[in-house]
Amino acid sequence: MGEDSESPKINHSFLRDYVTEEDLLATGDKGGRVVIFQRETESKGESEELGESGEYNVYSTFQSHEPDFDYLKSLEIEEKINKIRWLPHQNAAHFLLSTNDKTIKLWKVSERDKRPEGYNLKDEEGRIKDISTVTSLRVPVLKPTDLMVEVRPRRIFANGHTYHVNSISVNSDDETYLSADDLRINMWHLDITDRSFNIVDIKPANMEDLTEVITAAEFHPQHCHLFVYSSSKGTLRLCDMRESALCDKHSKIFEEPEDPGNRSFFSEIVSSVSDVKFSHSGRYLLTRDYLTVKVWDLNMEKGPVETYQVHEYLRSKLCSLYENDCIFDKFECVWNSTDSVIMTGAYNSFFRMFDRETGRGVTLEAWRENSKPRAVLRTRHVYTGGRRRRGDVGVDSLDFTKKILHMAWHPAENIIAIATCNGVMQ
Amino acid sequence: MAGADSDDSLYPIAVLIDELRNEDVQLRLNSIKKLSTIALALGVERTRTELLPFLTDTIYDEDEVLLALAEQLGNFTMLVGGPEYVHCLLPPLESLATVEETVVRDKAVESLRKISHEHSPVDLEVHFEPLVKRLASGDWFTSRTSACGLFSVCYPRVSSTVKAEIRQHFRTLCSDDTPMVRRAAASKLGEFAKVLELEYVKSDIISLFTALASDEQDSVRLLAVEAGVSIATLLPQEDLEALVMPTLRQAAEDKSWRVRYMVADKFSDLQKAVGPEITKNDLVPAFQNLLKDCEAEVRAAAANKVKEFCENLPEDSRETIIMTHILPCVKELVSDTNQHVKSALASVIMGLSTILGKDNTIEHLLPLFLAQLKDECPEVRLNIISNLDCVNEVIGIRQLSQSLLPAIVELAEDAKWRVRLAIIEYMPLLAGQLGVEFFDEKLNSLCMAWLVDHVYAIREAATCNLMKLVEKFGAEWAQNTIVPKVLGMANDPNYLHRMTTLFCINALSEVCGQEITTKHMLPVVFKMSNDQVANVRFNVAKSLQKIGPVLDSNCLQTEVKPVLEKLASDQDIDVKYFAQEAISGEFSTIILKYNLHRCKLMTQHYVTLKLKKQKT
Repeated sequence: MGEDSESPKINHSFLRDYVTEEDLLATGDKGGRVVIFQRETESKGESEELGESGEYNVYSTFQSHEPDFDYLKSLEIEEKINKIRWLPHQNAAHFLLSTNDKTIKLWKVSERDKRPEGYNLKDEEGRIKDISTVTSLRVPVLKPTDLMVEVRPRRIFANGHTYHVNSISVNSDDETYLSADDLRINMWHLDITDRSFNIVDIKPANMEDLTEVITAAEFHPQHCHLFVYSSSKGTLRLCDMRESALCDKHSKIFEEPEDPGNRSFFSEIVSSVSDVKFSHSGRYLLTRDYLTVKVWDLNMEKGPVETYQVHEYLRSKLCSLYENDCIFDKFECVWNSTDSVIMTGAYNSFFRMFDRETGRGVTLEAWRENSKPRAVLRTRHVYTGGRRRRGDVGVDSLDFTKKILHMAWHPAENIIAIATCNGVMQ
Repeated sequence: MAGADSDDSLYPIAVLIDELRNEDVQLRLNSIKKLSTIALALGVERTRTELLPFLTDTIYDEDEVLLALAEQLGNFTMLVGGPEYVHCLLPPLESLATVEETVVRDKAVESLRKISHEHSPVDLEVHFEPLVKRLASGDWFTSRTSACGLFSVCYPRVSSTVKAEIRQHFRTLCSDDTPMVRRAAASKLGEFAKVLELEYVKSDIISLFTALASDEQDSVRLLAVEAGVSIATLLPQEDLEALVMPTLRQAAEDKSWRVRYMVADKFSDLQKAVGPEITKNDLVPAFQNLLKDCEAEVRAAAANKVKEFCENLPEDSRETIIMTHILPCVKELVSDTNQHVKSALASVIMGLSTILGKDNTIEHLLPLFLAQLKDECPEVRLNIISNLDCVNEVIGIRQLSQSLLPAIVELAEDAKWRVRLAIIEYMPLLAGQLGVEFFDEKLNSLCMAWLVDHVYAIREAATCNLMKLVEKFGAEWAQNTIVPKVLGMANDPNYLHRMTTLFCINALSEVCGQEITTKHMLPVVFKMSNDQVANVRFNVAKSLQKIGPVLDSNCLQTEVKPVLEKLASDQDIDVKYFAQEAISGEFSTIILKYNLHRCKLMTQHYVTLKLKKQKT
């Protein structure tokens, strides 16, 4: 995979999303902060050493969510950012949605390079003038000034969710988006904050009967009426909003028949889908469960068209992974810009890429030193007994605290962004 | 101009100008709202050369400031020097028309439309039309959506070459890449069609309409429905069938329920636009389908239109169509699975009786009314009861009274206090239609029971209800039936009920008149001034003040005043306060204060209720 060698990376804790066109990258962290990086453009890099193209620098940082408290339920609401999504461009400013467990917020990120000057009652240093010297009126004049990036909250979509929000996805009609929590999916209009429509509700009348929860949801990239959601049982449901207002009845269900031979205590846990993504073409779905990534064709419901093992060597270790809770880690997965390569995360700062053409997979390691643009990424192998080559890592020596859960792929170029956990790199 | 003014008058203006850029949004907003004052002080020249350029660049501000600015600029023509210079207002409005906030954009477009009429035809072509073009070909969809609303105002007043350009621009926007722009174009299509010459409506608009109505995004298609209605009104009858109907038929059967919902929602307008022939042949079957739609939202929207649709059917065949086509569907809706559908139907179904006449109503509609009166959903029953007057005119309410009573009783005891509140509000109406005897026999006890409801809002509504009943049935009836019961509550062990007595007296004193008030109510009020609960005592003070105007001055001096004076020396501070207020006799002020205070209490009350509701 030649393109890998040209992949600069950004290391950041809890990185979330990637914007088209303007080369902005937004990341959210546990402290409720959102950091936006901007890619240096060719023209700005004056000297070769300083302004390498592709280097990302901090563009703006702001506090998106504050810790809160639900007085009715006596529950703390963490400020941790769960998801960030960019909105399609509507004018010179950028807009993003960020959410914690409960509240979704719409932010405007804009640039401003002018500043009004001239007061009537104050001089330039801000001292109050003597009123008797004010003999004529002055209208302030706008003068160019240093570029400032302003981030302003535009809307707050609160009280829509009883459970924890796990996904937000903007619709292709540019005016609505969905937000999913464990049991419900709501649809919002971007201009209306006090009302949302419940489009999926899988909450049983009796919570004892609960057998599955919603793990992720996404809108189709082109068809505004289609969306998909995944469940903890490993199924995907495609819903068509044209059919009815409440999409409890799916129009298609994608499910792989369980292999009875492989059944174990863990099979339900590892089959839980942690992320679902439509391909850019809209034809395929990419899902991630604990051990594999799968590609589904929208036209084939009975099983995935492609399945890639991410770290099959962990199958024997599920017991200890269950004990240290790692088995519940929610890995994300992404498509590249042409839908030909998929990428997902693993442990020990490793992440995996699969070429769909050849079916070959490669393991790569993310660490700070090779995050320089165009640095060649090291491929790594995990040693599973038998022959062991130099540089291979044994399964037992994998560091399960260094997990790569979040990632993003530039929508047009071969640039990826990987979030390393635990704030080590921050 | 400005320099000639004295410093004293300059100062407030200077403050206003400085506050245009104050840190505090409220102050900026304040200044923007006084923009005309600033402009007046600066004079037309400086407004044009200094103020407007500054405003053009202030689009960074908060939405509410921008909204106020957009609104102000629509009335600025005289302040920039009259129609001759009105084009100076275009740059700031142009930049406001591109901001991301829809409300601001819409207001800017509204102001632009307003000032477009003040442009001379020449200015319109030199200044206004280029602006529309710039917006229409802007990079961001915000500007293109704004452009959609401006075509129709400049089209009628420009030369034919420019007209052709405008049509071309509109066509481009109708096939824009961004759904947002196509939506804006679709929603303005009808308006634009109205200003176009008929030949262009046929050649241009129809094809645009057809394209938008088959857009891939259902949010665009549903807006095309409304445009279709406007277009249909413009075309001569003979062209409708060929040009508009195929598309509208397709919309009524669209795959997306939202589009069908829109058709159902606009059905009456559509019916009027296409005329009686097409209604008979096309719309009746379409309406039947909508009433049977698989999506409840669509059925509810269609059910809402049943009465209007039937009313507007051509006279000659109205009854046959209703009886053979509409009524069977309506019958099914009465037992619909969705309560919104049923309650939508219940809110209009009574209206059918006037259209169908007495015999049909008794034979066909009455069973439906009765079924709905027994519906499990209180909203359905309420909607039926609230529309009883229509039936009363046709068949008299007696037909219904046997089923009505259980329904009313059940609603009156509903667990939800909002339902109880709603039925109380219909009581005076019901009482009027059912007559005194029926009321005394069956409903009086209900009205009394509400007085001791555990929800304050119900008790309050019940007192108000009593007043309205007395207005209907007269003072004598009051004295015989309700006054004794109300006064009896003065001895209730619960102080809340004792207070209800006072509230009732407040409400009833005026309608009952001086005699009853002095003879029967006043002694009870006096007695209650010795109540052990302070709340009761200060309400006595308030009541005395309230009923004061009804009493004669002699009684006021000799009886009321001593009691108030005694209360004024009460140990409780609130009792003292209200007694003193009552003595000072400033009726209007005290009532005002009391109302304010009550407003506060009510809000608190509702907030707690709301919180409780959320909790459950």
